[in-house]
Amino acid sequence: MGETDGVTSGVLAGERFFAGVPEPHLAALAATAEPVGVPAGHRFFTEGGPAQRFWLLRSGKVTLDLQVPGRGAVVVESVPAPSVLGWSWLFPPHRWRFGAVAPEPVTAFRFDGAAVRELCDADARLGRDLALRFAQVMLDRLEATRVRMLDLYAHPEERR
Amino acid sequence: MTSAGTPVTPAGTPMAPVLYRVTGRHEETVDTVTLTLEPVGEPIQTPLPGQFTMMYAFGVGEVPISVSRIGPDPGAGSAQGAVLEQTVRAVGAVTRAVCGTRPGQVMGLRGPFGVGWGMETARGGDLVVAAGGIGLAPLRPVVLHALADRGAFGRIAVLIGARTPGDLLFARELDEWRARGVQVEVTVDRPVSGWTGHVGLITALVSAADVDPGRAVAFLCGPEVMMRVTAEALTGLGMRAADVRLSLERNMRCGIGWCGHCQLGPLLVCRDGPVVPYARAAPLMTVREL
Repeated sequence: MGETDGVTSGVLAGERFFAGVPEPHLAALAATAEPVGVPAGHRFFTEGGPAQRFWLLRSGKVTLDLQVPGRGAVVVESVPAPSVLGWSWLFPPHRWRFGAVAPEPVTAFRFDGAAVRELCDADARLGRDLALRFAQVMLDRLEATRVRMLDLYAHPEERR
Repeated sequence: MTSAGTPVTPAGTPMAPVLYRVTGRHEETVDTVTLTLEPVGEPIQTPLPGQFTMMYAFGVGEVPISVSRIGPDPGAGSAQGAVLEQTVRAVGAVTRAVCGTRPGQVMGLRGPFGVGWGMETARGGDLVVAAGGIGLAPLRPVVLHALADRGAFGRIAVLIGARTPGDLLFARELDEWRARGVQVEVTVDRPVSGWTGHVGLITALVSAADVDPGRAVAFLCGPEVMMRVTAEALTGLGMRAADVRLSLERNMRCGIGWCGHCQLGPLLVCRDGPVVPYARAAPLMTVREL
């Protein structure tokens, strides 16, 4: 993985995911982060593996997959920048529920999940704020999943 | 047009179809066809992007169909003049008959009907075009218009949702749009082996659109739920609901607000739409049985 410039509170303040976060919190979060760049084909994580990080995608996209017997790694969704990749680091047992691959070059800020959990434990306001921001991401993806279940583009005769 | 704005065909009435000959036929997908149509005699008025016509398959029936290209296709060497392209998905008896027409056959057209996208109000700002499935058909004239008058618009983002890669309309044109500076993002619900585009709902593409929400206008067409969630995502980014416009679909019959088949609350969609600002459509879209 290549690295570019450092992560600062000022840089994080420009990211939509962190919009409105107080500067001291941003500074604390920035201290747990590093910039990364990965090539196409890089696997961020594998289903069942330990979830110790999350990423704020800045360019490119990441596909989420699930191993299906007889079909291999089936892509279920893609996550385009700017968005957050990974929330299993936040919830016990801290194991990835899906895999994640970069089908194209990706740049991101990579956060140390354990360090961020410690920050949240030490500062309840930061913890609540961050949990709500991740909850919003999860809410958006849950809604998208439910709408996809409607199979809106199916031929009308198929929906009968 | 009459003084009331009702389009009158060369036959002198908005209810009489005008004869058009099919001069081209392209199968976009397994169930969707784009027909090139040239007038046999006098043409209907030139449609605006977003307007529709009533297409008449003689002996079968009439259906409202979006205009997907206004004027000749320079790349296809089609005849000059009042050429139209209309893109039809075979979902019933009439649309199956329309899709089944072949070059040389004649069909009827009435219109153009409804209000268009209002391209003139989008000039000077960025443009977001969000299409789901067959919804790209009425939005294609928007992209072509903006490309033909590129200096009048800022950044252009075209977001497309489809069921599978094989269901994409105008697939052969998307790279050309990209090459001319348009951001084209495509997402599918069901990827196939080798697909490298996005997978998921079109709303995930909204935040990736490289536009300024404060100076952008968005045009949306697709299944109603898709438009609703996309409009919410766009307004969530800071766009005004008045700057997000949807193309609604109802049971249009007469095309001119006489019969009432397409009533949606206070709207007669054929006459007051099909393009409606989200600010006006939103309260109607969640009313049951409306």
